[in-house]
Amino acid sequence: MGYSAVKGGLEAISAAELLVQHPLLAADEASLDTRQLEHQLTQAVDKIMSEGGLYAPELAALALKQAEGDLFEAAFLLRAYRSTLPRFGYSLPTRGDRMRVLRRISSAFKDVPGGQLLGRTRDYTQRLLDFGLLGGGKAPGPVAERSGRDESRPYQDGASSGGARFIAPPTIAPADDRTATVAPPASAARFPKVADTMRAAGLIAPLPAADPIVEPPDITIDAVRYPASRPTRLQMLARGESGAMLSFAYASLRAFGGGDHATVAELRVGDLPLQVTHPLLGTPVTIGYYRATEAEMLGPDHAKEVPGRVNAAYSLSYGLVFGQHERKAISMAILDSTLMATEGQERPRGAWSPAGDQEMVLSHIDPIESSGFVEHLKLPHYVTFGASLQGTLALKAERSQKVDLIPPAPQPPPPQAREGEQPIRLPSPSQGGGAGGGGSSDHQGVAAGQLHHHGDGVLHAHDD
Amino acid sequence: MHTTTNGTNGVHGSNGASGAVQAAPAASLEGYNYAFLDELSKKAVRRALLKGVAIPGYQVPFGSRELPIARGWGTGGLQITLSLVGPGDVVKVIDQGADEGVNAVNIRRLVERTSPGVQTTLDTSEATLIQTRHRIPEQPLREDQIMIFQVPQPEPLRNVEWREAETRRMHAEADYSRIWVALYEDVVQNGRVTKYAGYPVMVNDRHVMAPSPIPKWDVPKLHMAPYLSLFGAGREKRIYAVPPLTSVVPLSFDDYPFAVESFDGRVCARCGSPQTYLVSLPDEQGGSVYVCSDSNWCDTALERVGSSDLRAAGDKEAQS
Repeated sequence: MGYSAVKGGLEAISAAELLVQHPLLAADEASLDTRQLEHQLTQAVDKIMSEGGLYAPELAALALKQAEGDLFEAAFLLRAYRSTLPRFGYSLPTRGDRMRVLRRISSAFKDVPGGQLLGRTRDYTQRLLDFGLLGGGKAPGPVAERSGRDESRPYQDGASSGGARFIAPPTIAPADDRTATVAPPASAARFPKVADTMRAAGLIAPLPAADPIVEPPDITIDAVRYPASRPTRLQMLARGESGAMLSFAYASLRAFGGGDHATVAELRVGDLPLQVTHPLLGTPVTIGYYRATEAEMLGPDHAKEVPGRVNAAYSLSYGLVFGQHERKAISMAILDSTLMATEGQERPRGAWSPAGDQEMVLSHIDPIESSGFVEHLKLPHYVTFGASLQGTLALKAERSQKVDLIPPAPQPPPPQAREGEQPIRLPSPSQGGGAGGGGSSDHQGVAAGQLHHHGDGVLHAHDD
Repeated sequence: MHTTTNGTNGVHGSNGASGAVQAAPAASLEGYNYAFLDELSKKAVRRALLKGVAIPGYQVPFGSRELPIARGWGTGGLQITLSLVGPGDVVKVIDQGADEGVNAVNIRRLVERTSPGVQTTLDTSEATLIQTRHRIPEQPLREDQIMIFQVPQPEPLRNVEWREAETRRMHAEADYSRIWVALYEDVVQNGRVTKYAGYPVMVNDRHVMAPSPIPKWDVPKLHMAPYLSLFGAGREKRIYAVPPLTSVVPLSFDDYPFAVESFDGRVCARCGSPQTYLVSLPDEQGGSVYVCSDSNWCDTALERVGSSDLRAAGDKEAQS
């Protein structure tokens, strides 16, 4: 019999799970210590936290290990874990100038108040494989402190960049930390924002008046509906997959978005305070710090036509992502700009560049959704495929009996018809009686009765 | 919504093959809430469901949560199942009609691990909740059963309009001219409507709805069905519903009426059922064998026949 029951689904997936869990280790090989991953694969850990939407370096390192380095899978693990966490409340808003800065540059100006601080970056390294790192080889130079943050060390020298990255303060918030506008902790050098300098010079629009804080939407609680507000867009970009965002951003810079070459007003990397309202005292309390990258970019002032608004020379677009993840922060700011440019406009489909189309960008950059749906194609589809196959074969059989009005071209000789598909050349009302003159020009060279195979797998007869 | 089945509580008779209740595994997931999601999230899903029931066929946005199952692999249906399930419930999960499909097994396993006190079954008749991908069981369902469909694309207008902002307007104004034109053009170009799975339907004379990619064979079952049908699209973050006894009418023209798949008089090569949705399996001789896609129906019918002899010999046909 040709039929064998397809059974044993449970056994098969259990066996697959066992294979995945089986460590791929040589007998004498140590299993990776997740602390090593957290400290030595910081870029991967940061990417996972950013796309997973959960700041938890230790768990991100665990996800990285469990996923065997698959960053999509690791972000997925973190996202799924996040679903199970109850939400106690929301943190208080903060500002980039409260960041304890590790690195800070502006490409718009040669020098800026506070100075340029190159910090820890690979930007100007020469990309040569360092064979000294092979095996357990260590990088030359002094070994950085790994045992936590040294409060006495000035933050901006980059010395603490390898240390613990979610830093609990030694004490409850100091007395001066009770309002939303207090200075960052004393140990951190404060860098003025380049954007503030530019605002003072009237180059970019002033900040909106200090309204009482309007509760922003939360994309993890409510489904996004389009057109999406800017807070919604920024939240989606903050969790977006950096490769997808990079592609859209690159496309908009290069060609498909007007080619606005945005300028980095400021890019800073450092630790931001996490503040919440004390549940009993009602005062702001700093409960920790988290590593983040903030990008502010200058572009054309898209909103200058709005009546009543102060005209400015440039718009300021924004990117903020967990961890040190500059490529993504800049991509985010570019996409913030392209989406601001088309905000509120009614345009027919396709009139915008892909990077300026909210639904095009925002619906397709989520790593969990995009990878999940593309990979779901591995699931069985035999019912839907079978339904399609039946219809397609019926259509094909019908088409092979159909006729074509176009008279045979004198030369070249008609191609050999396949067996069983011998065309019958009879006029038929269903084939468009007005096309007897030989069809439109792009059909001139087509032999009568020939069927055209289109990309959808259906054989289409000639039809003018 | 937690119903039980006549005191059987999911335990099936001695036949075993068709109704074997999966024993809940000893190791349940420690450190996780009942049915995985936290209670407030489940409540939010149920609120969306209530709204969906109140407006048949209308897509209700909901704050879809990430699950330990990949997006696009049934997370919409699963969030509905996890939000409804409770002790005493009997859950059945099918994929393409089969309980043994690997993804169906995996989803059923997750329900078992996270929801103590819930039974799972393969037997359609004893299930209180049936989560499905791409099929409705052949066994007619009762009013105390709930169908939960996994939906990849909840928007029936997506093929004629890409933008959600615009399709929302079209639904709000019941402006369905473009999908009608698309169907008309299909008829003009192909002599028929070439939509094979997930055929668009009009629900309650108001909303055009995607019934999920079920074959046309299953679409008429939704019309005035005695049971509640719930649809979940996790990735697209939409929930919708067809309440019991609601009209569900496929979009079609008087002169090109809707028709279900035809199997040219074939019967199931395994159980001999004459009136089921069949799937073809290529055999080694280059032909095809047709069998029921609903594995529980097929197993039950086979038990009734009292023989495991396959009847394929007479039914095997070469694929055209």
